[in-house]
Amino acid sequence: MTEKEITFTVNGTERELRVEPRKLLVHAIREDLDLTGTHIGCDTGNCGACTVYKDGEAVKSCLQFAPQADGSEITTVEGMEDLPEAGMGESDLHPVQEGFHEMHGLQCGFCTPGMMLAGKALLEEHDDPSETEIRQNISGNLCRCTGYQNIVKSIEYAADVLAGREPPE
Amino acid sequence: EKTCGHDRGGMGEDVRRKEDRRFVTGEGTYVDDIKKDGMLHCEIVRSPHGHARVVDIDGSRAESMDDVVAVITAEDLAAHDLATMPTLMDDTQEVLVREKVKFQSQEVAAVIATDRYAAKDGAERVEVEYDTLDAVVDAADAKAEDAPIVREDLEEDTNHIFTWEAGDEEATEQAFADADVTVEQDMYYQRLHPAPIETCGCVADWDEDDEQMTVHMTSQAPHAHRTLFSMVSGIPEHKVRIVSPDVGGGFGNKVPIYPGYVVAAAASYVLEQPVKWVEERSENVQTTSFARDYDMTGRIAATEDGEILGIDTEVLANHGAYNAAAQPSKFPAGFFKIFTGSYDVPAAHASLDAYYTNTAPGGIAYRCSFRVTEAVYLVERLVKALAQELDADPAEIRRQNFIPEDAFPYESATGWEYDSGNYERALDKALESVDYDGLREEQAERIENDDDTLLGIGLSTFTEIVGAGPGKQCDIAGVEMFDSCEIRVHPTGTATVRIGVQTQGQGHETTFAQIVAEELGLDVDSVEVEHGDTDTEPYGLGTYASRSTPVGGAATAVAARKVREKAKSVAANELEADEEDVVWSRESGAFSIEGAPERTVTIEEVAAASYMNSPADEEPGLEAVDYYDPPNMTYPFGAYVCVVEVDRETGEVDIRQFYALDDCGNRINPMIIEGQVHGGVAQGIGTAMLEHVTYDDDGNVTAGDFMNYLLPTAMEIPEMETDYTVTPSPHHPIGAKGVGESPTVGSPPAIVNAVVDAMAHAGVRHVDMPMTADRVWEVLDDAGLSKEPS
Repeated sequence: MTEKEITFTVNGTERELRVEPRKLLVHAIREDLDLTGTHIGCDTGNCGACTVYKDGEAVKSCLQFAPQADGSEITTVEGMEDLPEAGMGESDLHPVQEGFHEMHGLQCGFCTPGMMLAGKALLEEHDDPSETEIRQNISGNLCRCTGYQNIVKSIEYAADVLAGREPPE
Repeated sequence: EKTCGHDRGGMGEDVRRKEDRRFVTGEGTYVDDIKKDGMLHCEIVRSPHGHARVVDIDGSRAESMDDVVAVITAEDLAAHDLATMPTLMDDTQEVLVREKVKFQSQEVAAVIATDRYAAKDGAERVEVEYDTLDAVVDAADAKAEDAPIVREDLEEDTNHIFTWEAGDEEATEQAFADADVTVEQDMYYQRLHPAPIETCGCVADWDEDDEQMTVHMTSQAPHAHRTLFSMVSGIPEHKVRIVSPDVGGGFGNKVPIYPGYVVAAAASYVLEQPVKWVEERSENVQTTSFARDYDMTGRIAATEDGEILGIDTEVLANHGAYNAAAQPSKFPAGFFKIFTGSYDVPAAHASLDAYYTNTAPGGIAYRCSFRVTEAVYLVERLVKALAQELDADPAEIRRQNFIPEDAFPYESATGWEYDSGNYERALDKALESVDYDGLREEQAERIENDDDTLLGIGLSTFTEIVGAGPGKQCDIAGVEMFDSCEIRVHPTGTATVRIGVQTQGQGHETTFAQIVAEELGLDVDSVEVEHGDTDTEPYGLGTYASRSTPVGGAATAVAARKVREKAKSVAANELEADEEDVVWSRESGAFSIEGAPERTVTIEEVAAASYMNSPADEEPGLEAVDYYDPPNMTYPFGAYVCVVEVDRETGEVDIRQFYALDDCGNRINPMIIEGQVHGGVAQGIGTAMLEHVTYDDDGNVTAGDFMNYLLPTAMEIPEMETDYTVTPSPHHPIGAKGVGESPTVGSPPAIVNAVVDAMAHAGVRHVDMPMTADRVWEVLDDAGLSKEPS
């Protein structure tokens, strides 16, 4: 199969890849770039474990071919600590990462990277989302461990830190 | 809220999780993250039919493809005696099928290729010719005399696997004869799937030079898997290393050994290269361990004033095409005989028949605690049905029949000895918290006003049985169900703790460190917990059935106390005192001379001394190991209240409130328990409202991926309220009971009871799960409760 050359920016670094056109973006990220924080949880586009932040929005990287990312800018979980907002809270982490840790928003950790990037995308749009808005915005991300409640709190925590409000205990 | 201990991360503290850092930065290591030099990929060729003879398998087209390294069939495996494998229930399961496929998506052949895309291309080109056969997919049909026979290899003209009985049949018959009131209710606990977000997979790596097999796999029981791998392959156990790395959720799905693991290991052995196998979601739902599938008829007998006299039940169990239920060998129906629940039931009896069908194997999974989900569902539904029959308040019927606090340890009619409980206190707290009386008033008002929505209040006051278990009763493939811990305190006063249980997200790296911190007075940050590697960890039976805290947690506390005993003798040597004059302070973690508190050595100083100035009569070093054989199970309990609103126009059920009180004895980390409860209740809501693996009559899976097997999202799960009481387990070293599965065991009957409760005034007795809007609307309509859309 003829391979395609693609160039995209991942976590601030320009990367070049030669891939088969049918290669899914999630496999390019995981296998060609060795960024294995992005996960695969289904084969039908439902679970959102593969969610990355691409050109300003949360996308499921299992529903795109790698060549469709040519020229785009992507943040994966591995890049979150290098974003300008990292360190705004009490740790060196991105406030969303810190929120998940502080509010026990993860257990097995498998949905966590996708869930956090969905949360980050939401917080770019709304700096003080309601619980319902948070739940709607993560409804493309399945979690089997947490029952979502602490994930909602984690994103609320991050919203507080990002907006300079005092996060909850 | 602290129950005891000090403030450096011991018992009872909401210690933030040690494992989070690597997960929130994407640095966790799950099976599919592993890459090895020369690693090949395995794709399984699966049956499109539910029941069919395999006429011919032709792999030649696949083999001729550039990137395909091998096509493997049962013939190839038979050369190494690996075409079949034993199940934990003394059955034999085919790894790859030779003559007849017995369920859809069953493993028929495997393709090994240089990458996963090539492996998939290869699998497409393996040509298999089938002769289809009539299929049978549920237990009632499998029982019929003219049913297609699933297991012709067993040379018996029946699909019947076994009959199991519990309790006293005669006494139960007498109880029903003496009763004023009896109620019978059919209920089907539907087939579910645990569906962890990470599917099953492995990387098998045979090292020809060292003659060692290393398998990184999604395993909840790596030591047991090593023993089984060794027995089946003939590779000596010390040359088999199983590593369970980070696991993206287990929920019982990752206890059995699946054909994919065996094929990958066999391929690695033959090809002398690492082989990775990672299944896709649809393969996971369609072929790995399902849960439940119990078709139950329950009967309850009582006096006219509500005293329960007996419970009787008949069950048809669907075990799929192989009896591969992952449970202790002497318990073919798991711990189902806990079905008398939280009640003092004088007579009880169960009889159960299990059948083979043309469906995937399994049965024990998904927070079931070995069939306790089914048992609790049965009794909690029966108690509700009895309350309806007597026109009594379901809370009061429960209170009236609870095993009283002073009756523990309590011997049940089916032979379990419940360790401790205070059910009435829990129920009282629950009813008060939700304003039960106010809810009943609101319910009556809505009926009075002919409102468009009905209010239903559902209760579940359940007793769990977790922590398998005593070695004389419980074994997995012959291995007694103990667990273990090894603690090594280093010269500088930090500690490494290795445990035989294995987390899949439940937070063991944090909570087991808390147990050690508590027992030794160390700071929790100084304690590192390791698990999952059979080369370094002590032998344990793994994590499932909420057994980690009861068994592994006990071993950890006992090992820590052994360390403390030795530390005391080192401290005495340091303090130049007699050992009997030395006391240890839980608060400070230091040893001092009784009556002379100024003469003190810290645990860190003792650790240093044990290496640098060891007493003449002691070995140097400071470490201990414990293998803990529990004297009994632990019996946590809960009082759950679910409040629903049922839309009379659409049948839609809205869970307005969910209150969960759990009592798991002493609480190691309340934050983590709360997270376990949230997740477990969410699975209970999925169970009650959405989830069902379905088959059509030909054996086609009609809900076998995430398009059709519906997991609840953040929109379906309401905010939940958690609560607790503390009734310690008297036999457990730290009074702690297991809890991880309680919420999934306890919540489905609360939800179903609530929906039935909403319609009870019109005579509705039951709705089968999942209670989808169309199903509920049918019931509403039959009861004359439906309304035309306004």
